Amino acid sequence: MKKLINYTPSSANQVLLGLLPFAVLLVIYMIGSEARLAINPSDKLLPSFGQMGEAMYRLAFEPSRRTGELVFWQDTLSSLLRLFAGVGIAAIFGLCIGVLTGALPVLFASFAPLLTVISLIPPLAILPILFIVIGLGEASKITLIAIGVAPFIARDIQRRTQEIPSEQLVKAQTLGASTPQILIRVLLPQVMPKLIDAIRLSLGAGWLFLIAAEAISSTDGLGYRIFLVRRYMSMDVILPYVAWITLLAFLIDYLLSAINSRLYPWNAEGKS
Amino acid sequence: MSQPFIEARNIGKQYGQDIILENVTTTVEEGEFITLVGASGCGKSTFLKMILGTEQPSSGELLLNGEPMPNEPGPERGIVFQQYSVFPHMTVLENVVAAKGFQKASLTGYLFGNEKRQARQEAAEMLTQVGLSHALNRYPHELSGGMKQRLAIAQAVICKPRILLLDEPFGALDPGIRADMHRLILDLWRTHKLTIFMVTHDLKEGFYLGTRLWVFDKLRHDPHAPNAYGASITYDLPVDATQDSLYQEIDDQLRPTKSTTMTADLTERQT
Repeated sequence: MKKLINYTPSSANQVLLGLLPFAVLLVIYMIGSEARLAINPSDKLLPSFGQMGEAMYRLAFEPSRRTGELVFWQDTLSSLLRLFAGVGIAAIFGLCIGVLTGALPVLFASFAPLLTVISLIPPLAILPILFIVIGLGEASKITLIAIGVAPFIARDIQRRTQEIPSEQLVKAQTLGASTPQILIRVLLPQVMPKLIDAIRLSLGAGWLFLIAAEAISSTDGLGYRIFLVRRYMSMDVILPYVAWITLLAFLIDYLLSAINSRLYPWNAEGKS
Repeated sequence: MSQPFIEARNIGKQYGQDIILENVTTTVEEGEFITLVGASGCGKSTFLKMILGTEQPSSGELLLNGEPMPNEPGPERGIVFQQYSVFPHMTVLENVVAAKGFQKASLTGYLFGNEKRQARQEAAEMLTQVGLSHALNRYPHELSGGMKQRLAIAQAVICKPRILLLDEPFGALDPGIRADMHRLILDLWRTHKLTIFMVTHDLKEGFYLGTRLWVFDKLRHDPHAPNAYGASITYDLPVDATQDSLYQEIDDQLRPTKSTTMTADLTERQT
């Protein structure tokens, strides 16, 4: 018998062991749901999978009587567009600010303190300001996500840029490179995979700001729907929506990591 | 009298209270191959960085063709560091082509069309010369330490610098590979008529590579304030005139403790 610390499960067992907690949670839920529904068939707190399926079928495949839209898909599309727009804007800003302040000591001296202070402002606290200034439309939601995520990305990229060995900068200069050439050819390509990593890390915060903004002011979106049906205690909609958001988050993260290793094979060095 | 290529006039360097170099005065002619040896912290790398332009002397003058040495790195002075000398996000060929591109005064240094084809061909020839023709499309992290240094050297030499600075370029390599690298660097030195400065920890290297050997050491030593006096060039020898006894003498001076521990190591391993 090996010591526990030396026991590594085989890869097949690893998958099984990984799935086990999910199965246990599902079974516990099903038992709980069954028990409650047996006592009170109109109980809303723990709907059965059948009830959830019916509710989701209605939202996903039957046009809404009010707007004629397929509500579930419309919610997904609106939310993803907001998320991508917000995070995308944040990534562009974060990349530019991060590389420039990380590479040029003059810009670092003038902007790093400001960036630090901005990153300490709680984004949700300025949401009312955004609503007042920009209005209740799409722009304020996208702005909230962008403002919430950009400082993190900018500071991360700044640090990554500074981590690139100064030997490379000196070497490039001895090969005749100018400042813009060093920025564009040496620094920028090397922080691109770090940017994707930073985006992956900031997507969690991105979802948070998205759902918060949708909950407060919106007419569609995944977050809006969850907070809307809460009034009717529609757990049969809320639970599948939460699962769907989780799945989307997982897929986006997986996709970004796949893109990263496809586009930047040389970045594998740091991981091994 | 013709002007010396590089001239150091009474150079001193200090960081705060710590004096690194003092009274370094010497001249160098074009085409010399100088090896710099000395104990660690003796200022040989600092002197190299002054030629490179990343450090400036605190006192005295360092002249290139009678003009003050530029105070930032530039294309007439190539460098190969011990590590981090190549760009990890470019393949071997791209590394050298990029070096060609940087010579062009454009915003990005990207090359197109005919220029690009020509640069790629030139780069491939250079890489064949350093023995990397079989690895053109590999990334640096897929190369061995010796191959990386070959690439770094190819990159530096293709830009046709007048001065090539080598900062312990072979320090991390196996002895066998090091011998190959010596052959390569001597070869490039002759064909491209370079002036080479090479910092090394390996005194032997200094004794048969190149034309001139500088030993950096402290002339005065205060045991209570080890940093009160700076180092200077204590030996300036033409390489072919050196003898074994002198080698032993310098070796003992530079690292009396280290050489005894090394022999101890060896005997230990043999038993």
